[in-house]
Amino acid sequence: MIAQLSVAERQLALVVLGLLALAGLAMTVAGAVNGDLIAVHGLIVLVFAAVLMFVVGQGYYAPEPSPARLAQYYDDPTKVGIVLAMIWAVIGMFVGVWVAALLAWPELTFVDQAWASFGRIRPVHTSGVIFGFGGNALIATSYHVVQRTSRARLPGQFSPWFVLLGFNLFCILAASGYLMGITQNKEYAEPEWYADIWLTIVWVAYFVLFLRTLQRRKEPHIYVANWYYIAFIVVVAVLHIVNNLALPASMGEYKSYSLFSGVQDAMVQWWYGHNAVAFFLTAGFLGMMYYYLPKRAERPIFSYRLSIISFWGITFLYMWAGSHHLHYTALPQWVQTLGMTFSVVLLVPSWASAGNALATLNGAWTKVRDDATLRFMMVAAVFYGLSTFEGSFMAIRAVNSLSHYTDWTVGHVHAGALGWVAMITFGSFYALVPWMWKQSRMYSPKLVEVHFWLALIGTVIYVFAMWNSGILQGLMWRTYGESGGLAYSFMQSVEAMHPYYIARMIGGLCFLLGAIVGFYNIIMTIRMSRQGTQPDARDVPTARADQVLVAGE
Amino acid sequence: MDWTHDTLVAVSKSWGLFYLIGLSIAVLIYALWPSNRARFDDAKTSILTEDDTPEQP
Repeated sequence: MIAQLSVAERQLALVVLGLLALAGLAMTVAGAVNGDLIAVHGLIVLVFAAVLMFVVGQGYYAPEPSPARLAQYYDDPTKVGIVLAMIWAVIGMFVGVWVAALLAWPELTFVDQAWASFGRIRPVHTSGVIFGFGGNALIATSYHVVQRTSRARLPGQFSPWFVLLGFNLFCILAASGYLMGITQNKEYAEPEWYADIWLTIVWVAYFVLFLRTLQRRKEPHIYVANWYYIAFIVVVAVLHIVNNLALPASMGEYKSYSLFSGVQDAMVQWWYGHNAVAFFLTAGFLGMMYYYLPKRAERPIFSYRLSIISFWGITFLYMWAGSHHLHYTALPQWVQTLGMTFSVVLLVPSWASAGNALATLNGAWTKVRDDATLRFMMVAAVFYGLSTFEGSFMAIRAVNSLSHYTDWTVGHVHAGALGWVAMITFGSFYALVPWMWKQSRMYSPKLVEVHFWLALIGTVIYVFAMWNSGILQGLMWRTYGESGGLAYSFMQSVEAMHPYYIARMIGGLCFLLGAIVGFYNIIMTIRMSRQGTQPDARDVPTARADQVLVAGE
Repeated sequence: MDWTHDTLVAVSKSWGLFYLIGLSIAVLIYALWPSNRARFDDAKTSILTEDDTPEQP
């Protein structure tokens, strides 16, 4: 893969990696002087940079790549991104099953160590699946979609790698930091200041790369999927920067302090938190849906105009919805009402998108029945519709008084994360992997089918368990006895949760098994292409009889 | 002008409304403008016909 980089790009890569290694060294030294854990992260950065320098060095003296490459799309980063996403999926979901099991059986920490406690491994699960799995999937598919819909190659071969690998370094720093207790205690924004600065650099490079590709486009109109990807990139940058404004205690320590305090800090955090759901977990994946679903169904999107209207609706309404996370708090009442109102109105563009996807499939139901890949996307659109309805409903203050702090919220998040985000990703991957590795189909369509049913059953078990436990919990907390005291103690509500926690773990386990099956299937498809079996004639532009592979070649 | 909490409330409660109404109207006009139909139809179908190499300049 290094051979695909021009010599100038290889030099640039070495310089950037050298600077990164220096930064890692500085963090190590400063941390060692202060006796601070930042030294461990410095070492991780140093090793990461050194390994990549070695990889670049290995291919450094390869000849300059042929100019013929410029007549092809640049798909290597997409391929690596798909594999990285699946690795993170398996790690993140495994940790998820583990923390779910911990809630049912608290002794399952196995080792009596701080790193294995619930509070430290839970964020490894959330960041692992959202950023590791979701983020890599978004980067990988965005590279593919923007090139195809613009009919233009990525502008260079260095920056796609910088963005992809730099983002993964951020994910590694995040996950390893949580295990050591390094966190700024903000939901979905736990990594500390140095990791945040690094992600900002990576993200700006991503934005520039995306815009430069669009600038090179040969199509007059920018296809709607790209708009969603742009919204994802731009808004996540804004959210990330504002929510992570903080002052480090010193340059040699990991600890930092937020610039905001009290209720302002809470408001900024949930403005970030809800828009992370909106723009990380929704806008980007809608971009995926608007490309891969019509492609796989071989039907154009039902209404292109509707997709534009819902795009602007989602972009401008979500921005104001975050305060519904802070009902009944010190946040001014009118801000809570504002967030609630916008959350309810959001149902309109959300259902417009879900309906648009389902209407696209209308007339292709036989395909949905026969093709598990398309069925993944169809179920994703259904869950998108369901969970956005549920979200709008739960944002209503009176409903929130029952649902807040209960497992209902956890169930809602997973209806979105498993049912929508993961399903659309798996569907897109099953469509994309054979295209990327030039195969006519996945290694085993049967295993895609197995994955589909495991994922669907897992999601349904999970969501139903959490609905039951959440509503039960909420009701137990607000039931009063005749004397006006609470009818149940908190511990009684915890005991009542036990069967649901076991059910939830089983649901999560099914989902994890599905992801492992999917990963195996993808790896075997890649091996199939390596062994040269099943070359796909469609994708070979200049097929000549004498170039046809013979069996076993 | 002193930028207080009350100012912010006043702006949100009055101009915020008109800004979002204006934006909705602008989006509807853009999406439904008759002469845009051709490029939207083209964009919607063109992703299905592409081949797997970029267009040469």
